[in-house]
Amino acid sequence: MNSLILRTAVRALQPVLLLYSFFLLVAGHNQPGGGFVGGLIAAAALALYAIAYDAASARTLAIVDPRTTIGVGLLLALISGLLPLLAGLPLMTGLWASVPLAGNTKLALGSPILFDIGVYLVVIGMTLLMVLSLVED
Amino acid sequence: MTLLLVLPIVIPLLTAAVTLLAHGSPRTQRTVPVAGALGLLVAGVLLLWTVERQGILVLQLGNWPAPFGITLVADLFSALMVAVTGLIGAAVAVYSLVAIDETRERFGYHPLLHALLASVCGAFLTGDLFNLYVWFEVMLMASFVLLALGGGRPQIEGAMKYVTLNLVASAFFLAAVGILYGAAGSLNMADLAVKLENGSAPGVTTVVAMLFLVAFGIKAGVFPLFFWLPASYHTPPVVISALFAGLLTKVGVYALIRVFTLLFVHDVGYTHTLILVIAGLTMITGVLGAVSQNDFRRILSFHIVSQIGYMVMGLGLFTRLALAGSVFYIVHHIIVKTNLFLVSGVVDRLRGTLQLSSLGGLYESRPLLAGLFLVPALSLAGLPPFSGFFAKLALIHAGFEAEQYLIVGVALAVGLLTLVSMMKIWAEAFWKPLPPDAPETPVQGGLSLMVGPIAVLATFTVLIGLGAGPLFEISMRAADQLMDREGYIRAVLGDGS
Repeated sequence: MNSLILRTAVRALQPVLLLYSFFLLVAGHNQPGGGFVGGLIAAAALALYAIAYDAASARTLAIVDPRTTIGVGLLLALISGLLPLLAGLPLMTGLWASVPLAGNTKLALGSPILFDIGVYLVVIGMTLLMVLSLVED
Repeated sequence: MTLLLVLPIVIPLLTAAVTLLAHGSPRTQRTVPVAGALGLLVAGVLLLWTVERQGILVLQLGNWPAPFGITLVADLFSALMVAVTGLIGAAVAVYSLVAIDETRERFGYHPLLHALLASVCGAFLTGDLFNLYVWFEVMLMASFVLLALGGGRPQIEGAMKYVTLNLVASAFFLAAVGILYGAAGSLNMADLAVKLENGSAPGVTTVVAMLFLVAFGIKAGVFPLFFWLPASYHTPPVVISALFAGLLTKVGVYALIRVFTLLFVHDVGYTHTLILVIAGLTMITGVLGAVSQNDFRRILSFHIVSQIGYMVMGLGLFTRLALAGSVFYIVHHIIVKTNLFLVSGVVDRLRGTLQLSSLGGLYESRPLLAGLFLVPALSLAGLPPFSGFFAKLALIHAGFEAEQYLIVGVALAVGLLTLVSMMKIWAEAFWKPLPPDAPETPVQGGLSLMVGPIAVLATFTVLIGLGAGPLFEISMRAADQLMDREGYIRAVLGDGS
């Protein structure tokens, strides 16, 4: 589509959408959000770009092939599920580590976030794969 | 040992992920899926072996105790199903090496195949109704894409019918799950079995049971909800039909047997009699549909429907022997039906058509293939010494024991009609001379990779027939476990309940 309004708007919207998608991903552990919606919004940002410009430049923007994104995402989710097996716990048990930060704050880092990142990547890859095939047709 | 419970789900998913990452390398894309499917087969057999020796295996995912988290449960029935899934997965993965074109490969045929295998195994192993719903959805998505992949108009049309009807089934399923959760407050099957028995959801139990019957009935393809099946199964490449024909409807039958032995046994006189009536009508309509068709694959598709009737019949009779017959029948049927479709794929490659009128002369030019067709075809019709004979024998015996003579009569008559339509394929495609106006024979080659899996599956059919004892023994014990609800509940919830 050759629309100046859309192109200008997309340029302004895209960073906001991507940031918001990242925020949702991280917030998802105990607030509304998570890998799935986060991934959808990130994919929407790239899909908007594909509509405003063209599929080829959206592919360049996404850097990696959508299929690779799906594969990496699936692997990450699987690894997050399989990690507890090393500790002798059942599949998908959450493992938590506390990382001390500056001052008295501590960061609780757990394996579920890895699963969420996996979902995030799978959703981005899947949506892009579908949208780009449609746009390219 | 509990690792064995997750392997049948993890291996196909891992295979799918690796295959996706290797989309640039056609070589890896072809070796990894075969290795993954063989791995699944090994894991399935190990699981069956372990469950056979140690009894029901249970794993609480994420270490959340039973009614709160997702439980994976493998009893003998589940383990048998997973092992057979592995066998079919391996056969189909090898067959696909030649049967699937490069375009479909590029658009992710192999990862989808393995996603489908993972979801089928997940559905067999889960002990949680909502998780079962999730696996059904994964299965629906993967199978929908496989159906529509790279296809022209007829394929998309078939896929649309398939996905629409299956979405209706999913809606019924989800509604039933929601009502059940609202009424009983749990979705863990073992926990639900206890709660329904204690009458914590009186009144709605039968309603919910009927909703599940409709939902799983559509998936299984029973009368009168089967029409999506013959409308879609003949459109995609043959190997995809073969996979679907072997596994997908059987997941519906598995779910029916699971919920109607574990959860809804409060009013057997009503629910299971209804199931028995449905079974009889399914057999009759399916086989009549098959007799009237003139396309190799359409005949086979209608036969899936009629054979589903036999499996459901065992559930309807609801005795130990009848359930053992159903379990045995499912195992036999998955192998035989997949094999018949795989044979039709070779015929399609040799002749370029599956219209019976344009086929012929295959017995003369390909006697080995003709023999390999005859084994599953006669087994499907229930002739000794093949596996189908013993499967039908058990069910008919159970029917006599339960004094349900009408259904026994139907089962016998349908067996005869099955033989008629199998002989129709035999006479038209293999025996009669090739018609002079037959289309040009397309390229031949790579046939050994197609015939290999067929021969292996045919060997299994013969082995199950000649050595029916051990498998029947396992089926009997699987039926014992299905009838012994206490044992299942104790295994999942622990001794305290």
